[in-house]
Amino acid sequence: MNATASGESESRSLFLTLVRFRELSILIFILLLIVAVAIKAPAFLTAENFLIILLNISILVIVALGQMMVIITRGIDLSVSSMVGLVAMMVSFTVVAFPAVSPPLAILLGMFLGAILGSFNGVIITAGKVPPIIATLGTLSIYRGMVFLYSGGTWINSFEMPDSYRALAKAAPLGAPNIILFAVTVALLVFLFLNYTRPGRDIYAVGSNPEAANVAGIPVQRTIFMVYVISGLLSGLAAVLWASRFESAQTNTALGFELQTVAACVVGGVNIFGGSGTVMGVILGAFLLGTIENALILVRISPFWQLAAQGLLILIAVIVDSAIRRRLEQLSGTGETA
Amino acid sequence: MSTTTPDSFTVTSDRNQQLRDFFLRWEWLLVLLILIVIFAGSQISPYFLNTRNMMRATSDFMEMGLMMLPMVFIIITGNIDLSVASTLAMCASLLGFLHIQGVNIWVAAGAALALGVAAGALNGFLIARVKLPALVVTLGTFAFYRGMAYALLGDQAARGYPPEFTYLGQGTVGAIRLPISAVLFIFFAIIFGLVLHKTTFGRYLYTIGNSEDAARYSGVPVARVKMTIFILSGFMAALAGIIIAARFGSTRPDVANGMELAVITATVLGGINIMGGSGTIIGPILALLLIGLMRFGMGLVNVQGQVQSIAIGLLLIISILLPNVAGQIARRDGQLRRNSVLAGIVLAALFAFFIWFFFWSRMPILS
Repeated sequence: MNATASGESESRSLFLTLVRFRELSILIFILLLIVAVAIKAPAFLTAENFLIILLNISILVIVALGQMMVIITRGIDLSVSSMVGLVAMMVSFTVVAFPAVSPPLAILLGMFLGAILGSFNGVIITAGKVPPIIATLGTLSIYRGMVFLYSGGTWINSFEMPDSYRALAKAAPLGAPNIILFAVTVALLVFLFLNYTRPGRDIYAVGSNPEAANVAGIPVQRTIFMVYVISGLLSGLAAVLWASRFESAQTNTALGFELQTVAACVVGGVNIFGGSGTVMGVILGAFLLGTIENALILVRISPFWQLAAQGLLILIAVIVDSAIRRRLEQLSGTGETA
Repeated sequence: MSTTTPDSFTVTSDRNQQLRDFFLRWEWLLVLLILIVIFAGSQISPYFLNTRNMMRATSDFMEMGLMMLPMVFIIITGNIDLSVASTLAMCASLLGFLHIQGVNIWVAAGAALALGVAAGALNGFLIARVKLPALVVTLGTFAFYRGMAYALLGDQAARGYPPEFTYLGQGTVGAIRLPISAVLFIFFAIIFGLVLHKTTFGRYLYTIGNSEDAARYSGVPVARVKMTIFILSGFMAALAGIIIAARFGSTRPDVANGMELAVITATVLGGINIMGGSGTIIGPILALLLIGLMRFGMGLVNVQGQVQSIAIGLLLIISILLPNVAGQIARRDGQLRRNSVLAGIVLAALFAFFIWFFFWSRMPILS
């Protein structure tokens, strides 16, 4: 991966940089889509519409970045949607019952509860040696069942919530809506964490080769535990933003969201077998999903066809991405086949 | 896994080993759990041991069972199919759509089966020929096929199926009123079981699951086998879709939402290794029975469906966790590092706090 090709011609190293820039193919796909839609619906290429897309993908970006760290370590976290649902319900109940809980405190509470749920996943996976897909498949139903157990089937409506809580996601004291700023901050922190800190680099090492990482003295189990805690923490943050943005907490909040976060990662070029994935890729992946959803509305595709078109475009994106990547790798002769 | 060392010094120890292997099998644990659930159920509710009730409840799980059989094949090869429930919905929706258009119901059912095969073939093609990961492909078709169900039916429900068709889902056989769907499930379970355990094709599945490269070098037609199992999965999902349409007497595009994870849960609980390479057909069938009995019993005492999922989820985790932890404790001889004890105490405190907060924070709203 990090092998520096010394003594190569200028153009060849430029080409290799392009190959290593794995987000290239998805970027091409997004540009093609934007051009195609802009021709059909000029309203697509406006600043307002761009802002709408960003608003829609902010929560997805936050949770998908946690999902990415888990996938890099060769795991998967299917329980994110249920963690969002459970934390959204618990924090909303708390805020309604105790209006003294300020929005920043609600955010901290959500992240704390999410981190506890994530650490439960982490314990099962590291100490219990349960494969991640099974452990989180189990907690997917456990946490979702707990939403019902907790709420007794009731839900929190918009009018019950304090104004400050509802404004949390939408207010824009710093120019852009808070929810977008949260996503940008999380992306920045995750980027710095993954690239410039030791535990962050360990995540890639563990995912590339667990045995080698162990031999190199990297605390493999602790690293794996950590990514599930982070995934839970980010899900908890997303939960509070979700409840605030949609002004409700229901028993089916974020139902099925787990596969969307995996889709954002996969479309964003995160290797599903672990070892590689970038913050930029996941953001582009989420942006592509958001753009597709937005574009289908603007070109007036029947709402009943939207899910099908979305699924088809995700498939095409994945196929095109893998085809371009393989072609580039063949051309560059690195022979690193997926 | 493979029998590489046949050094049997004495016949008796070998036979003891065989006996021990036989009784330490995963399936016996499932049988034990089933007996416990039956005993507990009969204590909790007088309606539990009523065959008529039980048979009626059985049909709720047969669609899951039909999709579980090919899932066993797929997971044994180390792959996964997340699109089964969406395929079911798409095929049931095509059936409903054609029925609304006035097409003969059996022709519509045939078309639904053909669509299921096509859906499986698309999955298989992308996985076996384009060589994309199964998780990625079926995640995409999970959305695509579900979307096609909505595209076909929109927000309406197809209904008014003729009685000779709904008989498929609601009819019963014999004095014990065995649902027809259960007869179909038993029939297919035997066929899938024979294929898995008695044919070359079945051996191929395990070989691919243990090492795909090794399988390819030993001449296993890997791509063709993968293609076949995904087509089988599509076909069985379509069949389950027809049965579910007949049972409900109507079709909505959101039918069987989330069922793919229930199918995978039953498969894994049945002892099929999620990494591929091992498992039997009996295990998942017992697991399906166990899940069915648990849900039936909990339903009788008015436990909500979603809360029932807590028990199923816990069962899934504990069933894999317990043997691992027991093995670890046995190997360590009770010696624990101080750090892990400390971490354990901190985590236990956190979980305790969570449970306290869980019950405390809901009281002001619910009271």
